[in-house]
Amino acid sequence: MPETITFYLFAALAVGASVLVIGQRNPMYSVLLLIASFGALSGLYIQLDAPFVAVAQIIIYAGAIMVLFLFVVMLLNAPKEDGADWDRTHPLRQRGVTRWGTLLVALLIVQLASALMAVREYDTPVGAQSDATSVNSVADLGRSIFTRHTFAFEATSILILVAMVGAVVLARREDAQ
Amino acid sequence: MHAAGALARPARDGGGALMEPFIRPIAIGVMIFIVFNALIMASAILVLAERKIMGFMQQRYGPYLVGPHGMLQPIADILKLVFKEELRPKGADKWLFTLAPVLSVVAAFVAFATVPYGAELALGPWTLPFVGTIGPLLDPPIKLGIADVNVGVLVVFAVTSMGVYGIVLAGWASNSKYSLFGGLRASAQMISYELSYATALAAVILLAGSLSLREIVDSQQGFWYLFGVVPVPKWYFFVQIPGFLIYVIAGVAETNRAPFDFPEAEQELVAGYNTEYSSVRFALFPQAEYINMVTMSAVATDLYLGGWHFPGLPAEYGWIAFLVKVAFFLFVYIWMRWTVPRYRYDQLMKFGWKYLFPAAVLNLIATAALVLYFNA
Repeated sequence: MPETITFYLFAALAVGASVLVIGQRNPMYSVLLLIASFGALSGLYIQLDAPFVAVAQIIIYAGAIMVLFLFVVMLLNAPKEDGADWDRTHPLRQRGVTRWGTLLVALLIVQLASALMAVREYDTPVGAQSDATSVNSVADLGRSIFTRHTFAFEATSILILVAMVGAVVLARREDAQ
Repeated sequence: MHAAGALARPARDGGGALMEPFIRPIAIGVMIFIVFNALIMASAILVLAERKIMGFMQQRYGPYLVGPHGMLQPIADILKLVFKEELRPKGADKWLFTLAPVLSVVAAFVAFATVPYGAELALGPWTLPFVGTIGPLLDPPIKLGIADVNVGVLVVFAVTSMGVYGIVLAGWASNSKYSLFGGLRASAQMISYELSYATALAAVILLAGSLSLREIVDSQQGFWYLFGVVPVPKWYFFVQIPGFLIYVIAGVAETNRAPFDFPEAEQELVAGYNTEYSSVRFALFPQAEYINMVTMSAVATDLYLGGWHFPGLPAEYGWIAFLVKVAFFLFVYIWMRWTVPRYRYDQLMKFGWKYLFPAAVLNLIATAALVLYFNA
């Protein structure tokens, strides 16, 4: 019973904070709410008996990435988003774009619904299932990353590297040479 | 769960086991109370120690008027701060301006929760005249340390890295250019030194083969024999001297202490991130800083100096050894602050990224190779 209460607490916090992230005019608040959402997610990971993943979530997302976000927001001193700018002439308000967007939203809703239907079949939490020990111990987690999931792991790292190189290329000023 | 286990096991004596389920929660509550208040007291004592040691180093007395030898100075300081007016600049963000100091002090307290500081406490058995033997009142004994988490090192690291939000938000919410620069510097410094800090930690984790702080401490029991004869305590300090130095340097930078106190560099930024703060809101920032110093010292003790183990000291007095080691680290902190001048900002970045981080990575690789070599 306490598990159910904390689950709904963390779940509500995660969803609520995430919704508020996109509802804020001030980018600073968005960043902070995103941190709160990551914190709640980390609480859910602890409930799933994966303390390492929970702590990694805090260290990497809430601790490192969001500090960078905050740094950028502060450095740019981004002004509050203004509602008046969203007039009809905005490129994202053109008819073709909005239709495409509506289609994507519909697809997303269908997918989410089907995923939720599938979830109902699991009546035990994932952490309590028999093969869940692989997330519990850090050594096992490391072993499975570097054996069973090597390809996914390496492919992800290369993807991130490519994104980084791309960002450097895009951000570099030509006259700097 | 522990209480049920204790009931199921055969009682060693008559009295203790029956009382056990009631004593355990009380004992844990008392432990949390003691740790919490010790941390609060630690910041008061450290303020005094800092001013006294600074006075000594500058050939003067330091605070001398309140109480004998100025020993009651912290109380005077606290009273002064409490009775000051709380100011909030007009353009400041109402909520974040208040949230920021709370956030930094909460993160500081929470970080200490997973730090173990002693072996085990059984409360007895005591032999008293006329009564006979009492206890042990706690069976199994409780471990000294509030939460024993199996990823304890990472929890401390994660929570201390949350503390920077307090400083960054304070800088942003104050709506002042000096504060903003303090906050920016804090976040840049945190990102740069967190890497070296974590990499130094990882080397110790490799040696101990565990992420639990308690297991790391317990793996440092016993002796190594130099040339087969000279006994050396099995502390990771002796095999991780570069790692230890990296940890201490990065730890000083993480706690924003001199010579890395850029977020509040007073010659450049008035008082940096806390320029606009006053009264209790202001007091929470140094409070958090001192608690962070204690946590950093306690973790350094657990990781490198064998925690509560000391050759020849029985385990139940281990917490005394722990306190002494922590006090030593705290003294080094203060010593550094009053003898080393602050770096320049570009030197800080250059040092962090070009020297400290590569050194930490090399240390990690060398440690990994040696662990593999000796274990195989």
